[in-house]
Amino acid sequence: MSRYLLRFGALGYLALILLVPVGFVFYRAFEHGVGPAWDAVTSHQAVHALELTLLMAAIAVPANTVFGVILALALVRSRFPGRGLVNAIVDLPLALSPVVVGLALFLLYGRGGWLGGLADHGIKILFAVPGMVLATMFVSLPFVVREVVPVLREIGTEQEQAAETLGASPFQTFWKITLPAIRWAVAYGVVLTTARAIGEFGAVSVVSGKIQGRTETLPLYVQAQFEQFDVQGAYAASVVLALIAIATVVALRAFHPREETS
Amino acid sequence: MASNAAALERPTGAASGLVGGSLARGVALGYLSLVVLLPLAALIWSSRADGADAFWHQVTRPEAVSALKLSLGAAAVCALINAVAGTAIAWVLVRDRFAGKGTVDAVIDLPFALPTIVAGLTLLALYGPGGPFGVDVAFTRAGLLLALLFVTLPFVVRAVQPVLLELDTEMEEAAASLGAGSLAIFRRIVFPNLLPAILSGVALAFARAVGEFGAVVLISGNIPFKTEVSSVYIFGQLQSGNGSGAAAVSVVLLAISLGVLLLIGAFRRWRTKHDYV
Repeated sequence: MSRYLLRFGALGYLALILLVPVGFVFYRAFEHGVGPAWDAVTSHQAVHALELTLLMAAIAVPANTVFGVILALALVRSRFPGRGLVNAIVDLPLALSPVVVGLALFLLYGRGGWLGGLADHGIKILFAVPGMVLATMFVSLPFVVREVVPVLREIGTEQEQAAETLGASPFQTFWKITLPAIRWAVAYGVVLTTARAIGEFGAVSVVSGKIQGRTETLPLYVQAQFEQFDVQGAYAASVVLALIAIATVVALRAFHPREETS
Repeated sequence: MASNAAALERPTGAASGLVGGSLARGVALGYLSLVVLLPLAALIWSSRADGADAFWHQVTRPEAVSALKLSLGAAAVCALINAVAGTAIAWVLVRDRFAGKGTVDAVIDLPFALPTIVAGLTLLALYGPGGPFGVDVAFTRAGLLLALLFVTLPFVVRAVQPVLLELDTEMEEAAASLGAGSLAIFRRIVFPNLLPAILSGVALAFARAVGEFGAVVLISGNIPFKTEVSSVYIFGQLQSGNGSGAAAVSVVLLAISLGVLLLIGAFRRWRTKHDYV
């Protein structure tokens, strides 16, 4: 009896908070048929926003993947003073308000900031793609590191040492031993990084200046359309983002084969 | 071979060459500094630029204090609800059997993957003006709480689930055979084992909720002294040209985030201690 109570309580909560709202947005987007929704997402502004969003991800995800693996190696395999602090700093983007991230970049690269002089030399960071990429890199930094660190801890260094004893160069050891061992963790981290990079709103919102047709990503486009009373356009773009999110969840399942027997 | 033997004794210790060498360390720390530390240093520096008095003045402005209180209060309520609901969901996913369990398990990650602005719009469509249920929480604190619950849903579930999966049912069976009721078994045996995981999930959910922006911005209406949270306040101050006010409150949020992360580190150490003793 209590088991059913718990089951329906838990599933009911999930339905009310998560499933029904997301489902309802799909309903709203296609309420007047597929035509208007399709027109909304293929408008010039929406397509540009989607392209810009994908560009952000195309730069931030590879950077955070390569440096994420290196960071994980540094955290697990070497000891240096302040390692605990570095560990906490890697997690910080997960716990810090995205608006604070955006503001920090704004103050660093804005007028009077330490690197504000770059603008005078024609290197535009704020209200342009570079600033938005930096914001995206900041908020999506922890995911690959966090997935790879526990796997590196678990595999230890015995195989790498064996490879080295047999004359493998450090580069060969990495490609043939370390990388295959962590590849699923890297893949999982990449999916999480991509999802975060595509969906980032707060940090990008601060540094982009939200210039329509220029620095507007798809999440920013959703807000702009909603505030301009183009609710149809906002719902349609939301559905595109929701589909990306669902694809992400499916990919996470595929990359995370858990040995659950139940 | 002496160095090899030492390394074997300490498997995660010093290693060699490219893999974890000083080059990797330098590159990693350089990247971290450029992307994360430098902007945060600039933020802290900016907040202190006008002196400690100005900083204090900005942080103690009534609107800033009210926003900060609301952020902390709403995040605390959200964390508490998550502690109960998240543990219950994790329990159902691990111990219960029903059709479609795999799908439900996958769906838990959706708030991680869904852009926060879409989460906010989604809730507004259903629980806002003109919604199908006739419920309207737009521009209220209830709406704010709903948005926070949506984005923080996975934290406790995903923290508790693996611990529950590994938890041996033998102890519970022994307790049951000795006549303990199911409530007593949960309270005396299961709960103490889950507590560190619940706490670290709750702490992450709290940190996330304190700083949430995207999900909140549409549904809360951002009414000063009523539904305006700190992140929205910071955004507003920056828009109206009060950069130092925005920076001051941001430093407070930064301190809260760091504090929560250090707390989570402590929970983790506690949990590993429990694992191996």
